[in-house]
Amino acid sequence: MLRYTIRRVLLTIPTLLGVAVLVFFMLRIIPGDIVEVKLRGDGGSVTQETIDMERHRLGLDKPMLGQFKDWMVGVVTFNLGKSMWTERPVMEEIGVRLELSLEVAILATLIALMFAIPLGTTAALYRDTWIDYLMRILTIGGISIPAFWFGMLIMLGLLTAFNWLPPITFTPIYVDPVANLTQLIWPAAAVGYRYCAVTARMIRSSLLEVLNEDYIRTARAKGVFEKLVISRHALRNALLPAITVIGLEFTFLIGGLVVTEQVFNLNGIGQLFVQSVTRNDFTLIQGMVMLIAAFYVFVNLAVDLLYAVFDPRIRYS
Amino acid sequence: MSLAVLSPSALKSRYAFVEKATEFCQQQPLGAISFVIIVAMMFAGIFCEIVAPYDPLTIDFAAILAPPSFDHWCGTDAYGRDICSRLIYGSRTALVIGFTSSFVGSSLGAIFGVASAYFGGRIDNWIQRVMDVLLAFPIIVLALVVVAAFGKFLVWGIDVNLIIAIAIPIVPRVARVVRAAALGVRVMPYVDAARAAGYSNSRIIFRHMAPNVVAPYLIMLTAFIAQAILAEASLSFLGLGVQEPTAAWGLMLSGNAADFYRQAPWMVLFPGIAISVAVFAFNLFGDALRDYLDPRFKV
Repeated sequence: MLRYTIRRVLLTIPTLLGVAVLVFFMLRIIPGDIVEVKLRGDGGSVTQETIDMERHRLGLDKPMLGQFKDWMVGVVTFNLGKSMWTERPVMEEIGVRLELSLEVAILATLIALMFAIPLGTTAALYRDTWIDYLMRILTIGGISIPAFWFGMLIMLGLLTAFNWLPPITFTPIYVDPVANLTQLIWPAAAVGYRYCAVTARMIRSSLLEVLNEDYIRTARAKGVFEKLVISRHALRNALLPAITVIGLEFTFLIGGLVVTEQVFNLNGIGQLFVQSVTRNDFTLIQGMVMLIAAFYVFVNLAVDLLYAVFDPRIRYS
Repeated sequence: MSLAVLSPSALKSRYAFVEKATEFCQQQPLGAISFVIIVAMMFAGIFCEIVAPYDPLTIDFAAILAPPSFDHWCGTDAYGRDICSRLIYGSRTALVIGFTSSFVGSSLGAIFGVASAYFGGRIDNWIQRVMDVLLAFPIIVLALVVVAAFGKFLVWGIDVNLIIAIAIPIVPRVARVVRAAALGVRVMPYVDAARAAGYSNSRIIFRHMAPNVVAPYLIMLTAFIAQAILAEASLSFLGLGVQEPTAAWGLMLSGNAADFYRQAPWMVLFPGIAISVAVFAFNLFGDALRDYLDPRFKV
């Protein structure tokens, strides 16, 4: 187990390094940077001299490898530099928005789990009946309906039914839990639908697989109540692959949030990412991508290690 | 030549295809329905000029924000443009971008996957590490970074860089699945036989291994058309994909559509329905195709 853990942890290093190289150089292959957007963005005429000065100030005129080295040193010491647009530290820009996005993500996970487990289980138990077909349509709907449009529909529904729109200013949960939840539950539902659909599908198929196992037949043969067979023997084992999906989809929520936050006008990580892309804010893009990738890699690592704990076969392969 | 067409084997293969199709429809009724939707959409996309009642770009100030009526089936937008026509032209945009990016991404992924499985060892390791890196991004995040890096490059009014941006995240996802399938093919005796016969690596990969991983490739290709259409809609919605005045579904939802919730809900409703139905059809078809082609997955 120790050897497996060490090997698995070491494997994250090349991945993260690769992400850093990819993002850093991809942003810089094509000419055009933030200075142009910043100074020439609104059509003003600026001399080449001013542009060069600004580039120099931001360190964009240094050799690329030097810039990369500086940035990597920063990353290793958890200093992601300053945003080229607002001049505030990248960590701070992300930090002030993290709370909101994280809360929406967690709420979405809770909503998803609440629906996915019963949905997936019933679909598996009533396989190939109309219940199963209905679940199939519902879950494929979940991965088909764009989260941002679903969000717009929710807003439209709230507006028509109650003539009410979620407020735009963010209230932290420890200040006013009711106001906070009434604001964030809607975007969470919008991104949660997809999450729920993916998880329910996974639970359905892994439960069907488990139900074919010998130990289920044994349990039934020795006269265990069907309810207990499902909840104790089958569902427990079926949830393991579902954990993977839940873990990986959690990081994919960030992708969903990028678009959905725009709809609900929430000032979160997603909005910040879109802004930094439109502004060509290299340091901020790099910082956010590194964080998202690191998050993904560590969730993946945690899932793999959990798997190894539960399933000894994996440790020795 | 005409004799050849009438030869029993040709007839048989033609009937075999019809038989296969009937069998598919019987086994997968949902898949058949989704296929009809896809064909209808392709028809609308190819024959936009004939099908659409109005020009999608004509601005009509007499009919700004007109509600749905017999003249304008889905109403008009803030510039008086007919939404129904824009939806029909939008299906062309969605299909072109969806098909090409999924095809490019899935094919590259399949090549990497098969090569990775065939060569094994160090090459496999390297390809896997690169794929790991690409997998560490959610689809939309990677697409956004590529858009930010590459800007726009229009060919015949279609942004090639947008297609690349959507294709890149597809590559590792397909590569992983195809690699797993190809690992099973590699140990087959006929691959050994081909190697013993002295065929080149590329011949073995393309002629002997690739045809045997077609099933997962096709399934992934269909499923990723859905994802690609969704990604295009999201990027266009954010203002980083297709640009005005080109008709695109995601674009129709962005900008001022949100300002008119109260006055013109049809501006929000119809484009979203179009995206959902299109993506739904491709997802359902991919699902049915998987169940049909690869019964092993049908658990």
